[in-house]
Amino acid sequence: MSVDAATVRRIAHLARIAVEDDEVERLKGELNAILDFVEQLSEVDVAGIEPMTSVTPMVMKMRQDVVTDGGIPELVVRNAPASQDNFFLVPKVVE
Amino acid sequence: MNSPTSGSLTSLSLAEARDALRKRDVTSVELTEAHLDAIAEARVLNAYVLETPDKALAMAKASDAKLAKGEGGPLEGLPLGIKDMFATEGVRTTACAKILENFVPVYESTVTSHLWRDGAVMLGKLNNDEFAMGSSNETSRFGPVISPWRRSGSTAAIVPGGSSGGSAAAVSAGLCLGATGTDTGGSIRQPAAFAGIVGIKPTYGRCSRWGVVAFASSLDQAGPFARTVRDSAILLRSMAGHDPKDTTCVDRPVPDYEVAVGRSVKGMKIGIPKEYRVAGMPDEIEALWRRGAEWLKAAGAEIVEVSLPHTKYALPAYYIVAPAEASSNLARYDGVRFGVRVPGNDITEMYEKTRAAGFGPEVRRRIMIGTYVLSAGYYDAYYLRAQQVRTLIKKDFEDCFDAGVHAILTPATPSSAFGIGEKSSGDPVEMYLNDIFTVTVNMAGLPGIAVPGGLDAQGLPLGLQLIGRPFDEETLFSLASVIEQDAGRLTPARWW
Repeated sequence: MSVDAATVRRIAHLARIAVEDDEVERLKGELNAILDFVEQLSEVDVAGIEPMTSVTPMVMKMRQDVVTDGGIPELVVRNAPASQDNFFLVPKVVE
Repeated sequence: MNSPTSGSLTSLSLAEARDALRKRDVTSVELTEAHLDAIAEARVLNAYVLETPDKALAMAKASDAKLAKGEGGPLEGLPLGIKDMFATEGVRTTACAKILENFVPVYESTVTSHLWRDGAVMLGKLNNDEFAMGSSNETSRFGPVISPWRRSGSTAAIVPGGSSGGSAAAVSAGLCLGATGTDTGGSIRQPAAFAGIVGIKPTYGRCSRWGVVAFASSLDQAGPFARTVRDSAILLRSMAGHDPKDTTCVDRPVPDYEVAVGRSVKGMKIGIPKEYRVAGMPDEIEALWRRGAEWLKAAGAEIVEVSLPHTKYALPAYYIVAPAEASSNLARYDGVRFGVRVPGNDITEMYEKTRAAGFGPEVRRRIMIGTYVLSAGYYDAYYLRAQQVRTLIKKDFEDCFDAGVHAILTPATPSSAFGIGEKSSGDPVEMYLNDIFTVTVNMAGLPGIAVPGGLDAQGLPLGLQLIGRPFDEETLFSLASVIEQDAGRLTPARWW
């Protein structure tokens, strides 16, 4: 399988990465080089093989459903590029 | 500030420095100052992206006060470097990414908090490939790290390997007694091999991932870099351990790994996987591998040929699984809660511009590949199949261990270090092939250690890799110390 220019643009949009028109050809080449490389997996017989979900056998750990943290809004927003009254500020999303 | 012994203080092993501190032959402040001086003289290597001398000296003074009273933890007063992937409270942590250039964590990673609990001193933050994506430390937003090693008779700049290139260069050049690293596909073992030092990626789940900038969560593991096997055993004991904040971190006791160093390997069965004899492998790598097997045999181990039939599929499967997980993990960098923001007319445009400007080309490429293989219509063909292949890769190792093999010996890398800019052609796969021997270990969640094996004809270090059973890091330390005794310690000739 290989990607065309339209697919590159679609992937970039799904990934929320702006792509300039003059970057599309180069990206197409790079992505296709990687896809060509991984193509060899299609020769492996995977019939009946369970996909790996956990590399070490373990039971999902559970904990009490209680509050263990909180009350630190000023720390939570400290690294935000824009905040006001301990809220994150973003461009308007509702008209 | 330069004490007459500062040069010798930076060439001590971590264990020697520990013993000297306990005997009060040296103070932590003296040891720390010697390293800070060495760092200042070695800025051309670009190993540190942030030096924290004030913090280091404050920590060293506190350690000296404890040591004077006969108190202190296992690492009391020992100066270390920290890869910039570990969140350090109040100390800028960027993953060497532009998008995180201003990030100052308000929390401490579990692994580094274990080091400080045990008394270690932080010298600063070490360079790495952006978000740990790379095999040469050339993708860092702070620029490449220059290896302290050079080819004989040449002044050309060599890569230290990656992604933990700063850690490897700093340990090799005597800019810290040990360092932390992270390893998703070889990012500890490959740079350790390139820099002629020891690096271990422990079993998945041995070290907590909490507070480590996430790349591919099912593959990422933290581990130490050091100049000796004993030093890496000492560091791993402190770094490892249960953490309720990481649900994949195992709740099992941490052994005293140092005891395993120098322990007899008599009667151990060592597998030599025939599939690792790849086409075009340099003769020097073959010879190194044979020499390693002979050393282990001379120490009483039994060498057996084994087969890991799915080896060749590990790298392609990795380049589906790792980017898929990365595309999901890196979705958090959206210019809202932390990091750099580029304004846009609406929120989508803000996201797109922020991420285009904030991520470098390799990171953008991997996010896009990951997004593609997880997208509707391609998930089964790529991601699901890669996870099935991963099951087969793990089974190869299990079959080997079930047949009585204690550990597997391989070369750590397919070549010695290359020059800066030598592998930056248009084909990203060329760089990926560096991880061909290390990536299988992450795919199977196993422990792997890289230990120096000698120098090649150009005078650059070559490393051997030992792969162990899950949670049997002790056997790796025992075997690696046999190789270390025969190969000796490798130290670069100082040119900086």
